[in-house]
Amino acid sequence: MAAKRNLYLTLVAITVVAILLWFAQENLNPYYQRILTLSAIYSMFAVTFNLIFGYTGQFSLGHAGFAAVGAYVTALLTMSPAQKVANFFLQPIVPFLRDVELPFLPALLIGGFVTVLVSLIVGVPALRLRGDYLAIATLGFSEIIRVLLVNLQPLTNGALGLKGIPSNTNLLYAWGMLGFCVFVCKRLVDSSYGRAMKSVRDDEVAAEALGVNLFKHKILAYIVSSFFAGIAGGLLANLISTIDPKVFYYTLAYQIVGITVMGGMGSLTGSIISASLYTIFLELLRPIESQINIGSLQIPGIPGMRMVIFSVLLLVVILFYRKGLMGDTEFTWDALFRFLRKPKGRNDQEGKVA
Amino acid sequence: MTFEAFMQNLMNGVSLGSLYAMIAIGYTMVYGILRLINFAHGDLVMLGAYWVFYGVAIFQLPWWVTFPIAILLTTLVGIIIERSAYKPLRNYPRINLFAAAVGVSFLLENLAIVIFGGRPKAFSRPGFLDSQIKIGNVTLVSYTLIIIVTAIILCALLIYIINRTKVGMAMRAISKDLETTSLMGININHIITIAFAIGSALAAAGGILWAVKFPQLNPLMGMAPGLKAFIAAVLGGIGNVWGAMIGGLLLGVVEIMLVALFPTMAGYRDAFAYAILILLLLFKPTGIMGEVQAEKV
Repeated sequence: MAAKRNLYLTLVAITVVAILLWFAQENLNPYYQRILTLSAIYSMFAVTFNLIFGYTGQFSLGHAGFAAVGAYVTALLTMSPAQKVANFFLQPIVPFLRDVELPFLPALLIGGFVTVLVSLIVGVPALRLRGDYLAIATLGFSEIIRVLLVNLQPLTNGALGLKGIPSNTNLLYAWGMLGFCVFVCKRLVDSSYGRAMKSVRDDEVAAEALGVNLFKHKILAYIVSSFFAGIAGGLLANLISTIDPKVFYYTLAYQIVGITVMGGMGSLTGSIISASLYTIFLELLRPIESQINIGSLQIPGIPGMRMVIFSVLLLVVILFYRKGLMGDTEFTWDALFRFLRKPKGRNDQEGKVA
Repeated sequence: MTFEAFMQNLMNGVSLGSLYAMIAIGYTMVYGILRLINFAHGDLVMLGAYWVFYGVAIFQLPWWVTFPIAILLTTLVGIIIERSAYKPLRNYPRINLFAAAVGVSFLLENLAIVIFGGRPKAFSRPGFLDSQIKIGNVTLVSYTLIIIVTAIILCALLIYIINRTKVGMAMRAISKDLETTSLMGININHIITIAFAIGSALAAAGGILWAVKFPQLNPLMGMAPGLKAFIAAVLGGIGNVWGAMIGGLLLGVVEIMLVALFPTMAGYRDAFAYAILILLLLFKPTGIMGEVQAEKV
């Protein structure tokens, strides 16, 4: 009964959200649309990072690199040949990319696949080992990617970056992709593979003793994670329409770590909420970075202050509120009903609602 | 390549390698004791360089006052980080410590952007570091030699502390088994703080000399030396102080020589260290001096 009810409720909720998104896309002011789209992209980053870190316990810091690969591949595949020729004025673009122009969706998916292939170069050796090499290897991976982006002039246009990428990303694409990503991740972590991943996270030795193939499950989480991170990168490129290697500095990976930890490690719901709040708050805090005029009094803005606030908040969460927003609990209909039925008793149920 | 050119490149490589080694020691000490990759270590390198910049440019202090103050301040920051961010998490899963290290690094970088400004700053070398030295036909800038000499002195001091003093013995004991060591009546909090202090001081010294060698400062400058020093530490065998020195030297020399032999590869110089890391993980993950450790359950 309850399972069927929940399924119906989920379907209704998805329909409602889809209608709302469509309505928003038609009517909402472009600035708000952009913020909401960006929320979905950051949510994808956070969800994918949560899969590898929160569920599998592998500290991968390669998200900036994943996003870069996805972004460049998608951008190069969706730009028109004329745009590409105009962009590559220092050195002509390699011939096999010059005349390709794909629709957005296939370009995104190809971007995701290429990201997986590239990320495996570092993932396979690092994940085969126990220990902490993955963090450094993946951080190094992002740096390699950035160095390659700067140096492979005929392929990536070097430090000049790509301009005039078609603005294909809209609310429906971004949230649709996020929905797809969450669906896959949720099915994965609820499956037997997901249980094995959690056992790897909690105790590698015990998991291996129980017959869990460590490498297989780590690499599975890593592949899914990098695939969707690549897609999110592609969405980002087609949203901001100008990319260069500096966009994908390793601090992007740090931001994603922060978002995920704040949302709660092991909670996809938490990642989405946290990423959306992060995007919105960063916009709300924008005034403190620009000059404020009160009459004749001028208060100079402090550039970079938003990130300081974010990192302080992140440390506070890590040190004093270790579970983050959601801990490892997800949003479920059952929990919602329980909450609605006895709103006062929810404190002693926290943690059990899964 | 002529002999002179070879010697010149070799000296450059050794001096770069000494810098990597100095920074790598801080990583390896912390890792040996806490099993923590201290992502904030690279940012201490950045701090050390910036303190000197402000000491010289704003307060007009002579270098022999500025350098010790910069090292002291950075050490203080290192101790504060350890006490406030890492110590409360010591008994939690290691993954929390990781996140905390990233958080600290992120905070330091962003604070540096706000306080020091995001625009790169030019670092002016003290005169004695900038003169030309001629040995035979090989011309060197004096800082190349001074970096090497400083690194040797500091490393010798460190080896002495670790092998000949009670504090060093306690450190070695903690890296074998933290819990048992605390049962032996050793104040582990005290020792861990000292390890962080030594690591931070070396990072600051490395940062100052880094700024002497590459005289441009920016708030994210600590990342590249930090990452490469970590790779040097892994290369030598993580947790092993000798290994960190050897790994650092090797990485520095190979990096410089590669560019000297294949000038067209110069743009890829920074990617090279990471490629070494990946190969190393494939073939000899324990590093040159590392011992295979049995997994403890």
